Parts: sequence; structure tokens; C-alpha cells
Amino acid sequence: MPINHYLFLSLALFSIGVAGVLARRNALIVFMCIELMLNAVNLLLVAFSRMHNAAAVALDPASTVGAEAQILVFFIMVVAAAEVTVGLAIIVMMYRNIHSVDINFLNRLKH
Amino acid sequence: MNTSQMLFWFLTALSILSALMMVTSRNPVHSVLWLILVFFSISGHYILMNAQFLAVVNMIVYAGAIMVLFLFVIMLMNTKADAEPRHANRMRLAGTLAGGSLLLVLVAALRETELRGISLEGPEGDIGLVARLGSILFTEYVVPFELSSVLFLSAMVGAVIIGRKN
Repeated sequence: MPINHYLFLSLALFSIGVAGVLARRNALIVFMCIELMLNAVNLLLVAFSRMHNAAAVALDPASTVGAEAQILVFFIMVVAAAEVTVGLAIIVMMYRNIHSVDINFLNRLKH
Repeated sequence: MNTSQMLFWFLTALSILSALMMVTSRNPVHSVLWLILVFFSISGHYILMNAQFLAVVNMIVYAGAIMVLFLFVIMLMNTKADAEPRHANRMRLAGTLAGGSLLLVLVAALRETELRGISLEGPEGDIGLVARLGSILFTEYVVPFELSSVLFLSAMVGAVIIGRKN
């Protein structure tokens, strides 16, 4: 497949995530949309890794060009897992205090 | 159209449709299930791009661990689907328009990119396999790898401190 198909696929997924963050009020769904955006970026990184690797392996079969991008995707997943635990703990605490997951109630933070 | 192209279009349609259903469905449990489907189709894309290790990690970490955590939190909250907070129609339209215009601008900017038409097909290396990625991770990137364990520890302590009852 040409690289621009993957480019447009991850752009579409990222934009769906942005639209979801802006259009929904449930904090859990906003959080899930952020996960979707992270995954769109991961998909694009893997596609670029494959693009560079295919070009390098054609010259040298033992080449490891492009492996850095996959390591980066691995670290993004690690950080996302840590982020989800803290974020869900914050949402649970918010639900315990205001009995709702509506992000519009969070404007109470300012007073 | 060969098999990998058919698989690509199938997985693309599946991921975009499930992402749309995830954003639009009213019940949060349905949203989680659609998001799991998105993650599975992205794992399929990873396999198509010869990144087997990441495909498996994506399935285990995202579709397995993180989404189960979401389901547990939703069960814990016991929210009703009809009491779901919703924006006014005007606000939802504005959000959708903003996302759509972002897509429009990015696609218009990248439509004529230099990368256009470079094919991902070609000779397949072994960088996606566990052995190769593991040896790179434990030699060149061992310091960030160890630091991420500190990050996990602090996230764990933070989650417990935030989540406990006072």
C-alpha cells in the first residue's frame, strides 16, 4: 500500500478523536478519544518505520533502519498505560466528590 | 487487488466505522466495546506492516488491560445511559465541525506531499520481531527502559493516593 493511505487513515482517526473530545461531555468518553488519538499517531509511526525499513532492507537484508520508531511506539504505549491509571483515578475521585462524570462541572475548579 | 490490499481496505473501513460508533454511541459501555474493535483493527494494520511485536503488545496492553480498566470504572460508577451528560446541539455541531475542518486542513496540506506514492511493499526485514526489538531495547535504549519502570511505580503510587478515601 502507498504511504499516503496510512497517512490519511491516521489523520481520519485523529480527527475523529478531536471531534469526540470537543463534542462529548462524559469525562470517560473524552478520555477514550484521547486514547484513540494516541493510537492514530502510533499507527503513523509504524507506517513510516515500515517505509524506511523497506527501502533499507532492499540494499542490506540485515538492516535495522526503522526499529527506533517501533521502540518509540513501545514507549508511547508504556506512557499511555501510566497515564490511564492516573487519569482513571482522577475520574473516580471526581465521581466520588460530585457524583457525576460531566466535565462541565469541572469549572468549579476555578473557585 | 491482492489479499493484503483487500485486508488493508477491510481493516481501514472497520477502524473508521468503529471509531465513529465509539464517538457517537450514547452508552459508555458500547463506546468501550467499539474502541476495543478499533484497537484490534489497528493491531491488524501492524501485522500487515510486519510489526508483529507491536501488534501483540497493542492487543495485550490496550485491548486487554486498559480497556478492562475502563470497563471496571464504568461498572464502579453505575451511570445510567439516559442520565448521560450531553452538550446542547449547537455545541456538538461546533465540535464536529471543528474536527471535520481539522481533517480537511490536514488532508489538503498533505495531499501533494513528496512521500506520495511510496509503497510500503517490498522486502521484509525482521525489525518487527521480538528478538530484534528486544536486543535494541536492552542495549541502546536500556536507560529509558529502566526509567519507565520508575514512571510506572510513581503512577501506581499516584493512583493509590488519588483514589483512596479521605
